[in-house]
Amino acid sequence: MTLTFRALLSACAVGALCSAAVAETTITVATVNNGDMVRMQGLMDDFYAKNPDIKVEWVTLEENVLRQNVTNDIATGGGQYDVVTIGTYEVPIWGKQGWLESLNDLPADYDIDDLLPPIRAGLTVDGNLLASPFYGESSFVNYRKDLAEKAGITIPDVPTWDDIKKAAAAMTDTEAGIYGICLRGKAGWGENMAILTTMANSYGARWFDENWKPQFDQPEWKAVMTDYVELLTKYGPPGASNNGYNENLTLSLQGKCAMRMDATVSASSLTDPKQSEFADKVGFALAPDMGLGKRANWLWAWSLAIPSSSDAKDASKAFINWATNKDYLALVASKEGWAAAPPGTRTSLYANPEYSALPFAKLTIDSINAADPTNPTVKPVPYVGVQFVAIPEFAGLATSVGEIFSAALAGQKTVDEALAEAQALSVEEMTAAGYIK
Amino acid sequence: MSTQSSRATARLMVAPSVVLLFIWMIVPLILTVWFSFRIYRLLSPERNGWAGFRNYTWFFNSPDFWLGINNTLLLVGGVLAITIVFGVLIALLIDQPVWGQGPLRILVISPFFIMPPVAASIWENLFMHPQNGLLAAGAVGMGIKPILFLESYPMASVIFIVAWEWLPFATLILLTALQSLSSEQLEAAEMDGASSLSRFRYITLPHLTRAITVVILIQTIFLLGIFGEIFTTTQGGPGSASTTLPYMIYKQALIAKDIGRAAAGGIIAVILANIVAFFLMRSMGKHLDA
Amino acid sequence: MARAVTPRRKLFFTVAAWSIALLIFFPVLWTILTSFKTEVSAVASPPELLGADWTLENYSDVWARSDYPRFFLNSVIISIGSTLLGLAIAIPAAWSMAFVPGKKTKDLLMWMLSTKMMPSAAVLIPMYLIFQRTGLFDTRIGLVLALMLMNLPVIVWMLYTYFKEIPAEILEAARMDGASLLNEVLYVLTPMAIPGIASTMLLNIILAWNEAFWTITLTTVNAAPLSAFIASFSAPQGLFYAKLSAASTMAIAPILIMGWFGQKQLVRGLTFGAVK
Repeated sequence: MTLTFRALLSACAVGALCSAAVAETTITVATVNNGDMVRMQGLMDDFYAKNPDIKVEWVTLEENVLRQNVTNDIATGGGQYDVVTIGTYEVPIWGKQGWLESLNDLPADYDIDDLLPPIRAGLTVDGNLLASPFYGESSFVNYRKDLAEKAGITIPDVPTWDDIKKAAAAMTDTEAGIYGICLRGKAGWGENMAILTTMANSYGARWFDENWKPQFDQPEWKAVMTDYVELLTKYGPPGASNNGYNENLTLSLQGKCAMRMDATVSASSLTDPKQSEFADKVGFALAPDMGLGKRANWLWAWSLAIPSSSDAKDASKAFINWATNKDYLALVASKEGWAAAPPGTRTSLYANPEYSALPFAKLTIDSINAADPTNPTVKPVPYVGVQFVAIPEFAGLATSVGEIFSAALAGQKTVDEALAEAQALSVEEMTAAGYIK
Repeated sequence: MSTQSSRATARLMVAPSVVLLFIWMIVPLILTVWFSFRIYRLLSPERNGWAGFRNYTWFFNSPDFWLGINNTLLLVGGVLAITIVFGVLIALLIDQPVWGQGPLRILVISPFFIMPPVAASIWENLFMHPQNGLLAAGAVGMGIKPILFLESYPMASVIFIVAWEWLPFATLILLTALQSLSSEQLEAAEMDGASSLSRFRYITLPHLTRAITVVILIQTIFLLGIFGEIFTTTQGGPGSASTTLPYMIYKQALIAKDIGRAAAGGIIAVILANIVAFFLMRSMGKHLDA
Repeated sequence: MARAVTPRRKLFFTVAAWSIALLIFFPVLWTILTSFKTEVSAVASPPELLGADWTLENYSDVWARSDYPRFFLNSVIISIGSTLLGLAIAIPAAWSMAFVPGKKTKDLLMWMLSTKMMPSAAVLIPMYLIFQRTGLFDTRIGLVLALMLMNLPVIVWMLYTYFKEIPAEILEAARMDGASLLNEVLYVLTPMAIPGIASTMLLNIILAWNEAFWTITLTTVNAAPLSAFIASFSAPQGLFYAKLSAASTMAIAPILIMGWFGQKQLVRGLTFGAVK
């Protein structure tokens, strides 16, 4: 109701199209409640000014709930949504089912070639761009420079896992409530398994071999789990097995995590003096590697897509073009400064001198470019995806494996037990799902 | 005692509830039974067909299954024990003449006003978190190591949170029952020199029997289905330490998107609930019409 | 109430009762306090109370970010609608089960409760399909029906227990006077049962108000109530506890106020004039 009214108002504000506004198309847009999306909802006047005949209804929900609702709708052909916000995990799977509308025919000013290549690759199925990235992220290391200095160490911009281990040991001061390293421990395919899968990539481990045989019985995974559990039990915060993205971000903002490897998007929070008193002391580094050619950084893009069941595809495309166009970045910058522009989608953003002057800009783009969803591991794999395996069974399987690994972190299982269980479970599920013949 | 016509009228008065509830129950139940024998993965619709009993055997063979059943019963039993014992005590206490009875009662039932996911989130992040939680701060203030509630005692923590949410419900029902207790009877007993403990034992408690029965039965049915609080706080972990049957179903339905398995789990849960209800009714059903 | 109450005794019980009440209320109070802190202050450790940065910004942010009145209105319609409809159907049923009990009454009661045995996650897709196909998806009437049916067993149970407390002698007297069944319900029972009905009503409004699985799953835009409003403030990227607390406070405030005014009914429940 209010939105109609606002749409009419803004249509009238530009003057010309007051009467045309009556024949409007309503589109329902489902988004996650992240800061960048919320900001977009505040900038809608610009969209309505340019598209007076389209009215947008928002469904804003937290990530888990949104994913559930949108998946239910699209898989049952419900047709409730015209534009959905989905990630790089969903796009290849849904695309294969023909559930998403191709965006290849967006107008020329969309400038599809400006999209960052790894992001674009992750959202393209059979040559069709099926979702337009709204913001992209990788993962990197953030740390407190003052603590590193105090401990007399330097963390290189391009660190190895050895550097990270040493730094974690040197900066830990349990008495003062300072923990050397925070990594996600909470069970879930998007929580601890995102970190562990990228860590595995850098250790030369992989989820499956070329024949979809699970690889948890291989020495690489044992090395990954041993180091992960050791790092967190020695230098991590107590209770780490229950810390996810939010908990660790909070600890970092409070300065209690001396170092943390997590999403690049948290950079804007970490450098925001309104959120952290350590904002001016934050340093960043690329995710570490082992010298095997792959870094422990992921690739994710929250992207806008149109379900095939939508009955307002043209209006939806107009909206997506507006929200993910270069002009939108400029619009955000003009209102709230370049730091607020949604990161990680376009080459031109990083070519912009004002944006690239931001402390996290270069490392974000370097991290994104260091991730390759089509070739994520040291050894060959039959799947795409960096911190996930883009098959429908992955979310369920990885969540179960994540639970087993969180038990290992909590000390309820040994690393060997956990890996054996994970292997048995994966073999069973992959056999049931028909991957292993 | 009652006439033929009053029986017919009585039946007519029950009919709308029964018919509506029957439809509400049977349609989803039939669909669920149907799906439970199907291969139905939301994200791979091309793989479909009959699954036989495979969705059921998956549950029985799962290493978490018996643990899950155990935890489910533990959750129900634990929450019932806490809410009944404290519910009775608190109801007795706030039934006493005290100053500010009105506001007092609102405070006591206030947890009931909080949406369950929010309640769980508040407990997890603002109270039980080992670094930021208020309880941890209290522990540090007293010079002891903060307890890792959700890592070391996940099931107890979940039971505690759920009991906090349900305590008002029990208190409220027990309090209303308490207020119909005739004070003459208590006074007479007091005059006869009965101690307050024996007054409670022989007058108050028998009077509360039906209310307690109602609380147990209603809460049991609600508690048997709880998964939201677990998802928010422990995600069923660490490992499977706080996994319950409904949480296993939740994972299959909403994370793995395996509707066939979720449906089979639902049927298993209904059977379990019926077994529990059968024993409850046999042991305490007679109190209902006392 | 006629018992002699010494002031000392009253003082003792007052202190004891208030201590326990405050303990139970504390997490709610803390949430409300948190909603007035800045995000940084909300997660400060050790927790800040006197030295906290107090602000109203969370409320203005939350208000600006989402259409609270729309969510609020949906919550009101859905919770009150489902409760009133439920009462209309449940009162006759509970009455007849309480006063004209048959051999099967207890079984029937238990059966009603058993309709709640299916875990919601297991029927998610069946329900989703039913709501989609019947056009009830994302409609207020759909949620009113769903929540009414979900809570109907509880309503019947509560009313049944309350009605059971009404002494049978009163009914006998009414019957002697030749009152018909319907008149019995309308003129004898209902007035006596008003407190019980009121307390059932309040309790079920709260249950419906707080339902946070189906109300989110079965809605998108038009019928989404405050549960969806809260889900839009939980766990975004960045600090959010203060804003989530503010959103929660905004979601519980109306019902807390209603509870405040209704609390006499809520707890008086069964103090029937006839009994005392």
